[in-house]
Amino acid sequence: MSFEPKIVAFLCNWCAYAGADLAGVSRLKYPANIIPIRVLCSGRIDPEFILHAFRNGADGVFIGGCHPGDCHYIKGNYHARRRILLTKKLLKEMGINEKRLRLEWVSATEGRKFANVVSQFVEEIRQLGPLEAKK
Amino acid sequence: MKKKIAMYWGAGCGGCDVSLLGVHEKLLDLLGEVDIVFWPCAMDFKYEDLEKMEDGSIDIAFYNGAIRTSENEEIAKLLRKKAKMLVAYGSCATEGCVIGLANLYAREEIFDAIYLNNETTPDGKIPSHELPEFLPVLKTLDSVVKVDAFIPGCPPPKPVLEAALNALLNGKTDFLSNLALCDECPRRDSKPDKLEINEIKRWHSSNDDGRCFLAQGIICMGLATRAGCKAECITASIPCTGCMGGVDGLSGVSAMSAIASLINGEDEEKERKIIESIEDVVGTFFKYSAAKLLPYGRVKDES
Repeated sequence: MSFEPKIVAFLCNWCAYAGADLAGVSRLKYPANIIPIRVLCSGRIDPEFILHAFRNGADGVFIGGCHPGDCHYIKGNYHARRRILLTKKLLKEMGINEKRLRLEWVSATEGRKFANVVSQFVEEIRQLGPLEAKK
Repeated sequence: MKKKIAMYWGAGCGGCDVSLLGVHEKLLDLLGEVDIVFWPCAMDFKYEDLEKMEDGSIDIAFYNGAIRTSENEEIAKLLRKKAKMLVAYGSCATEGCVIGLANLYAREEIFDAIYLNNETTPDGKIPSHELPEFLPVLKTLDSVVKVDAFIPGCPPPKPVLEAALNALLNGKTDFLSNLALCDECPRRDSKPDKLEINEIKRWHSSNDDGRCFLAQGIICMGLATRAGCKAECITASIPCTGCMGGVDGLSGVSAMSAIASLINGEDEEKERKIIESIEDVVGTFFKYSAAKLLPYGRVKDES
């Protein structure tokens, strides 16, 4: 059986989730490998969520937030940006390829961008192969 | 009736055994209340003495040190069988402590660094005596057997230990504080209303001005570490490294999350530089809990 990546996507309620919704209603195609989880803000995403996903079988974690300057809560996405940078450093030291974690800014009008970045990411993870965090 | 207690050391430095003496004169009261039935570090007991005991005959067994060898694991299981209550004593048994950082490397790499390519060991070879197996990864006590209570700390600080012994001898297990160390920090009043980190400094190369360490840009784990030690390190002008573990879950993750959000983020480039300047993320934030972070050892995903 060929490898199908499992990807957990944390999407912010105001931009990326709405963007994903738009991709849906616009009938854009993108791979069904992502499991979207709606959070109120990308700044709500604790590194623990990311580690939890990897520990429990995710091959990749996608985080979608508002463009810089567009955060509904003014600064949440800046917090997310710094946390993801630091978390990527941590993943590297743990032996996990940092490419498995991706942060993208997707606004509510960017359904097409959402479909594109998700397809790209799924393809990238497919190339990397499964993450065997339990080995 | 006097309670029967046992104390065993797994893979640890011996500091935990010594820390029990750190309760000073309270130790005399303690010895009046308990019978020590097994404590290999301090008294002459053999494993067969432990094997001969009836199951469940020990009231409280303290296990300090982590599980690094098959011997450690065997005794942990044996103690679990013989004791009514098994207590993880100290950071090694609770979270793996500093030696848990070994989980960043494979067993072969560790042997290589110790025996083969070590400057101070000429013509080294890996010993081949009949010794207990060196396990592939370091484990914490609760990953091997059921643990009834945890006494954190490296080694457990006096106030924590006193509270723990008091509670345990009375059959209680709720003796830990649920507050973060900042709550009892002597420097808490110098914390500005809005913390902002513009530069990460290392403690040894900065001039401590007596203010909150985070306000000075020195990473202090106090904000995510359990209180109870009465901020011994900070009183001695050393930032907290988190030996008491997290209030809820891994302290390292919470500290990472909090400290990352304190970094000045006006400029993306500057922010990247500050984060890049944090050396050794696992060693900084997971100094005592790397074995919890990497329970199966380093992930093999380099591609």
